[in-house]
Amino acid sequence: MAFVVGGLYAAAIYMMLRRSIVKLVIGLVLLSNAANLLIFTASGLTRGAPPLINAGDVLPPGISADPLAQALILTAIVIGFGVLAFAVVLIHRAFEVVGVDDMDKMKDTDT
Amino acid sequence: MNVSVDVLVALPIVLPLLAGALSLVFWRSHAAQRMLGVFGSLGLLVVSVLLLFATWDHGHLVMEMGDWPAPFGIVLVSDMLAAIMVVLTGIIGLATAVYSLSGVSVRHERYGYYPLFHLLLAGVNGAFLTGDIFNLYVWFEVMLVASFALLILGGERAQMEGAIKYVTLNLLSSALFLSAIGLLYGLTGTLNMADIAVKLAEVEDTGLVTVIAMLFMVAFGIKAAAFPFFFWLPASYHTPKVAVSALFAGLLTKVGVYALFRVFTLIFNHDVGYTHEILLWIAMLTMLTGVLGAAAQFEFRRILSFHIVSQIGYMILGLALFTPLAIVGGVFYIMHHIIVKANLFLISGLTYQLKGSHELKQLGGLYRSNPMLAVFFMVPALSLAGLPPLSGFFAKFIIIRAGIEAEAWLAVAVALVVGLLTLYSMVKIWNEVFWKAQPEGVAHAQPASGPLIWMWLPIIGLALMTVMIGLYGQPIFEMAERSAEQLLDTSGYIEAVLGAGYVEALQESRR
Repeated sequence: MAFVVGGLYAAAIYMMLRRSIVKLVIGLVLLSNAANLLIFTASGLTRGAPPLINAGDVLPPGISADPLAQALILTAIVIGFGVLAFAVVLIHRAFEVVGVDDMDKMKDTDT
Repeated sequence: MNVSVDVLVALPIVLPLLAGALSLVFWRSHAAQRMLGVFGSLGLLVVSVLLLFATWDHGHLVMEMGDWPAPFGIVLVSDMLAAIMVVLTGIIGLATAVYSLSGVSVRHERYGYYPLFHLLLAGVNGAFLTGDIFNLYVWFEVMLVASFALLILGGERAQMEGAIKYVTLNLLSSALFLSAIGLLYGLTGTLNMADIAVKLAEVEDTGLVTVIAMLFMVAFGIKAAAFPFFFWLPASYHTPKVAVSALFAGLLTKVGVYALFRVFTLIFNHDVGYTHEILLWIAMLTMLTGVLGAAAQFEFRRILSFHIVSQIGYMILGLALFTPLAIVGGVFYIMHHIIVKANLFLISGLTYQLKGSHELKQLGGLYRSNPMLAVFFMVPALSLAGLPPLSGFFAKFIIIRAGIEAEAWLAVAVALVVGLLTLYSMVKIWNEVFWKAQPEGVAHAQPASGPLIWMWLPIIGLALMTVMIGLYGQPIFEMAERSAEQLLDTSGYIEAVLGAGYVEALQESRR
């Protein structure tokens, strides 16, 4: 998992360093997924032990998977989806208005 | 503590959300949306002032959402710093809502200006009041989505270009923030900030903690537009409508600064010598690059945008010095800066309305035609530069005094030089916009979408507030002092959130 997360981060940053805006957004998608997987990995992976509590008990039997991390990822996925949908629409509109797909041509508001 | 007081903590979030939802209900009626804008933010201001008084009287106010006890549920916490920030949000919200009455055209209202406006306020207040680190991320996103949409309202070319930079860097910062939360959760197994602070003190691998601290520093540094992450700000803040610029200038970067204050006093105080040394250098470089960038600009709002960057440096300097007086100075600076900066942006909008340009070259003669506006420009401008007896003087004075006491001579020197350069920039605007004669044949007054009195009122109100902070600074100083005490003595916060005896019980169970 650590290698997958690392690879995703690397790919995301590579894509974001390209000049094309479409690749920039692909980079953002990869980056948010990398962050989600990082939470998943960092909170500890437990295989085949759902956190189900037997009737009458207050604690799950033995070691079980952490549901909170998955709840976090679920929230982050939803937020990431919304924000990235906005970003995709934004680059579409920007392409219509500006007419180029190149960060180097978008310097009017700099300096 | 009785229940009614605790409910106050949730109201600054609920009220704008409600007003925003109602604005959506009255989608077709612009009059109703405007009324909701003004009265919604007025209500927010009233509630936030009540919250401030309650926090002053009772100390920390804690509300457990859905009655799930901390550290398992999400808590909202109001300490002095959070309460002060919420009051400032109320003030700026009201000022921009009134200003929007004539500053935002019907075309922009039709794109949903008011619902987004309320959503932004809700997000900002949520970020100030939450006591849960993942919840902080969620509020950041609420605020960001609203700000994205406000930024591109109108859809002009410059807005699109600015928005792409703004959106990219803010999403990058959110992803870093999320990664840092993931690592922190892996390390401590909790998301409650007070609980994290308790458990992090016992973590032996301090190297990893410092790595996480750096991730937080970068993530919040991008949001706060600190050096070297500030490039998105001057590229985007001058593109939307002025009311939106003023709202952003007053509030958004300050949420980043607030998050830095919160995290680097409560959670990451294990290795002050290392983390706060870096913060100190960031602060100095932020001040310098911001003010030098401003010196090279000749567009009204771009100069102001660069000055936001340089002023952020002062606030971070207050945090970086990490003495009680320096934190007081930092909090005082935030209060002064939000009011002054929003006001300067509003004035730039009124200038645009009167003269039809933001370019200094095309402006002029305003002192002759509108001497009152010139006076009301001088108040925040000189306050920004730090001239007595205005609010900026005391804010700078406290920070520099703290710097001298901490013997950070370089930082003191930088702060003083930057103050001087700020004065240079403000005098440049004064000369070009107000003093010099009107250039031939470029002046066109823009048709306003309402009577100009609605633009004057917030400008006058904020300017008076600046003067009042300068002349009667004692209560403000005491509030800042109390908030600094609470920030530095983290046991009060932890005890309020987790209950007395939690720390002892935890240590007991470990044994």
